[in-house]
Amino acid sequence: MTEKFEPRIVAFFCNWCTYTAADLAGVSRLKYAPNVSVIRVMCSGRVDPQFVLDAFARGADGVLLGGCHPGDCHYAEGNYKTLRRMRMLERLLKGMGIYDGRFRLEWISGAEGEKVKTVINEMTEKVRALGPLDLPGKTLEWDKELEELEAHVNKSAPKEEVVHAR
Amino acid sequence: MPDKPKVAFYWCASCGGCEEAVVDLAEDILKVVEAVDIILWPVAMDFKKEDIEARPDKSIVASFINGAVRTSEQEEWVRLLRKKSQVVVSFGACANSGGIPALANQSRTEDIMKYVYEDSPSNDNPAKTRPLTECKDEGRTLTLPSMHGMVRSLDQVIDVEYYLPGCPPTPKLIMGAVQALLTGKLPPVGTVLSPNMALCEECKRKDSKPADLALTEFKRPHQVHIDPEKCLLAQGLVCMGPATRAGCEALCPGGNMPCTGCFGPTSRVKDQGAKFISSVFSNIAPKDEKGIDAVLDGIPDPVGTFYRYGLSKGLLRRKLN
Repeated sequence: MTEKFEPRIVAFFCNWCTYTAADLAGVSRLKYAPNVSVIRVMCSGRVDPQFVLDAFARGADGVLLGGCHPGDCHYAEGNYKTLRRMRMLERLLKGMGIYDGRFRLEWISGAEGEKVKTVINEMTEKVRALGPLDLPGKTLEWDKELEELEAHVNKSAPKEEVVHAR
Repeated sequence: MPDKPKVAFYWCASCGGCEEAVVDLAEDILKVVEAVDIILWPVAMDFKKEDIEARPDKSIVASFINGAVRTSEQEEWVRLLRKKSQVVVSFGACANSGGIPALANQSRTEDIMKYVYEDSPSNDNPAKTRPLTECKDEGRTLTLPSMHGMVRSLDQVIDVEYYLPGCPPTPKLIMGAVQALLTGKLPPVGTVLSPNMALCEECKRKDSKPADLALTEFKRPHQVHIDPEKCLLAQGLVCMGPATRAGCEALCPGGNMPCTGCFGPTSRVKDQGAKFISSVFSNIAPKDEKGIDAVLDGIPDPVGTFYRYGLSKGLLRRKLN
């Protein structure tokens, strides 16, 4: 890659704490890295591990998940469910070669605008150091070997186009 | 005598269990043979590739293809069958989602070759000879298929009309598919020919599944005296039922063994492993990181456990290494 790498980070923030904190960071005019796309969810417990994998599969270099501190969940138990799922998901990601730093879970209360700034800045620098993940690009690269043989099969039977798509 | 519809069976990276499943149709196979002409079935009958190449395009009513696509030869065959067939049925877990062979997507092809031909303790290969895709011998050129860089499901290589899930699909589902084809009563293209609901729905143990599992420990089947009536998850066993499609009539739980997920997910799930994490791990008992980690230690191989039959179709497809 010739141009400078800018990490793309997808952030899922819960409506009641972390999203409110991000709003607070905004009205307090705190400056933080513009690399994060925030998606508001009602609770961190709404974030299915599939969302995290899907974000990576569609080109995210990092995924950040923010929820209320343990004991403070608006729905009483939601963030405990998040913690348990994400501890397992982290093990799974490691098994698939996506290592520490690309995924991060943080508890940020509505009063912690400063923490939103710190976490986003830290994570952006960490992911920048790790470099691009680029799963969509890798997928195209992996599937090149299919095109080679498709050309070969078409050559040996030139009569009609092979009906094919992935 | 009017021509009977032509049907083909083919196998790619598979164990032969799907072929066994066809034989498991027992007397029903006579009805199938009566209704169709089998023009290709490498495991049971002798046909050559040239025979298929010589056929007009779309002259095969249906090709049933099992196994994942791992080599150039398999890819060439499935492309050929796609061209010659009106309908392709992806047959069994390996064709549908990579199956057991797709666990190799955790390793680089080069590392696999090195281990198999050089490092494996049972080897005696001091010259480190490896198979070549092409070599000369007494003036002739000999060729072998090449290994692809990863294991793929059938639908990652060619278009597929229907899917028969399972490791292997059950005789009942196979007969249902054959009858649908013969009578022309076909569901929309892309349908998985099995009920679109979770396995728990047809499991006899369902009523004993608690709303909150509150698991404090995961155990492996040999470590526990399994209660034949009670929900297997409630007994601390990793049962993939909640994230797996129904259709086998809960054969494994019925045989006192947890489901390992061979039917793949329902249509509403994109990633079977992540969905299983979502549904089951939210329900373990501890609330602190240390306690949670102690429970999770009971699952030493998350990838192999949650994607035992489906790594090719997981959102990440392979280990990044």
